[in-house]
Amino acid sequence: MATVTPDASSEHELKVITDATCTFCGCVCDDIDLTVDGDHIIKAKRACVLGKAWFLNHTADDRPSCLIQGQAASVEAGIERAAELLVSARYPLIYGLSDTTSESQRTAVGIADWVGANIDTTSSVCHGPTGMALQGVGEVTASLGEVRNRGDMIIFWGANPAESHPRHFTRYSLTPKGMFLPNGRKDRTCVVVDVRKTKSANAADIFIPVKPRSDFEALWALRALANDVELDANQVLHDTGIELSVWQDLMTRMKAAKFGAIFFGMGLTMTRGKHANAEALLALARDMNKHTRFICKPNRGHGNVTGADNVMAWRTGYPFGVNLMRGYPRFNPGEYTASDILARQEADAAMIIAADPMANFSQPARDHLKSIPYIAFDPKETPTTRAAEVAFTVATYGINVPGTVYRMDDVPISLRPALECHHPSDLEILKGIEKQVQKLNMKNAIAQSKNESLRPARDEFGSSE
Amino acid sequence: MIETYILIPGRTSKQGVGISEGKFGETYQSEITCLQVASEDMISRGLTDGDWVRLESEFGQIEVAVKTARQDELPSGLLFIPYGDLSSRLMGGETHGTGMPTSKGFDVTMQPIATPS
Repeated sequence: MATVTPDASSEHELKVITDATCTFCGCVCDDIDLTVDGDHIIKAKRACVLGKAWFLNHTADDRPSCLIQGQAASVEAGIERAAELLVSARYPLIYGLSDTTSESQRTAVGIADWVGANIDTTSSVCHGPTGMALQGVGEVTASLGEVRNRGDMIIFWGANPAESHPRHFTRYSLTPKGMFLPNGRKDRTCVVVDVRKTKSANAADIFIPVKPRSDFEALWALRALANDVELDANQVLHDTGIELSVWQDLMTRMKAAKFGAIFFGMGLTMTRGKHANAEALLALARDMNKHTRFICKPNRGHGNVTGADNVMAWRTGYPFGVNLMRGYPRFNPGEYTASDILARQEADAAMIIAADPMANFSQPARDHLKSIPYIAFDPKETPTTRAAEVAFTVATYGINVPGTVYRMDDVPISLRPALECHHPSDLEILKGIEKQVQKLNMKNAIAQSKNESLRPARDEFGSSE
Repeated sequence: MIETYILIPGRTSKQGVGISEGKFGETYQSEITCLQVASEDMISRGLTDGDWVRLESEFGQIEVAVKTARQDELPSGLLFIPYGDLSSRLMGGETHGTGMPTSKGFDVTMQPIATPS
């Protein structure tokens, strides 16, 4: 539990919150001590460079909590307008959800169900292809705690945690002294496979600079070696840019490990091959279990993108890209994923929660989003909130708002907020929208039934069709 | 002279810090608008840090300043830009049935320009 203690070193009273949770990235470090001075966090002990920036810069924005067409409005008016937009749309899209609590994610899926929307999360442009691969070959998995205590062979493939997850090395995967690794870093071998020599590569024992766009070929070469299949050395060099002997050496080390872990990033999922790349890696981890214990995990980016996958899965049966228009969930990446729906100009209204597609989507998708009315939620001003019909400025999860988030290894963690905020949480607003949507649905149903009762009965005039 | 390169948009610590400071702030904007180029390619194209180039993909074009990549971080022929607004303008809308546009490892041409238009 978080404890609040006054900071004795300060002249005036400061609040110290221990074991606060950082929600900037998927590491979800829950050992941060925050020092609060009034409405500012002034110190974030143990946080990395990204965590410090997260905590120290998230004071409540001095903007209205609600803007409708750029004009300040009450939150209640924003909720009413948002509900009208969603209920009157023929193809509403709900998107985002990776930087908010699982409580909010759950409510957003509820709204999607009520209005018959298409709902997708930022997973689709992150590890969505991994989600597809998981359905194909499954996942040999473990918690980060197991990796910390047992992992003696750590491979990062297409991932650069030194910049994207700075405490991954020190808290979970590389330097900690574990139950079966009393010497910490000295007991572990670290391999980085990437197209460029990243900061993470500098921390590795072995760096393998694979040829760009050849991850699939490299992973299948390793799968072949894991299964004692003979390979043509020239072909391997041509396909991967790496000598066969390097891959053989890596495989020998992998087989000799007691507990291997492969962490992979968007170097695999965003590059040509996408889900096929991820599938090859998941299958390699599975193959390795013929020889020793091996697991693999995607390095997840946003603080609760793993929660988004989990909540979507336990509410609809699918992890992202779900269409609820027929009253039951349908899953089809490429058809029901946000980037595609917008680029094909299908959606006629949208609700964007804690995401910034106006900055990160392809130009055709952005152009269409700009042309339709949409609702945006964000603690800060972004290109997406600027172009929104209804823009809510919301309190920040983990700093102002309690709730639950899922760490990248699917472990749920409670948030311990440090500051009050005059902006509402997105959960409060989403609950308001859900209630309003239910009211409008009821009103529309009553109006429809009245219209039907005024229609002449079919048997008075015989069949009319 | 126009030559083809492979572009890798990706995360950086500074870009991550910039997100928390605000996307319209100096940290974020300066980071996502700066292209990292291998030192060999800087020399062969006659570029120095701070020069401007036009990058063009099959789907769009952007103008960015360049800087020399750290030591041997990039092999010749590979470009790196912190992921953001500009890099995403070079992506197409097609996701090949995955929901994910090809956002890394796509071909671009790089042409030096005197000043941004």
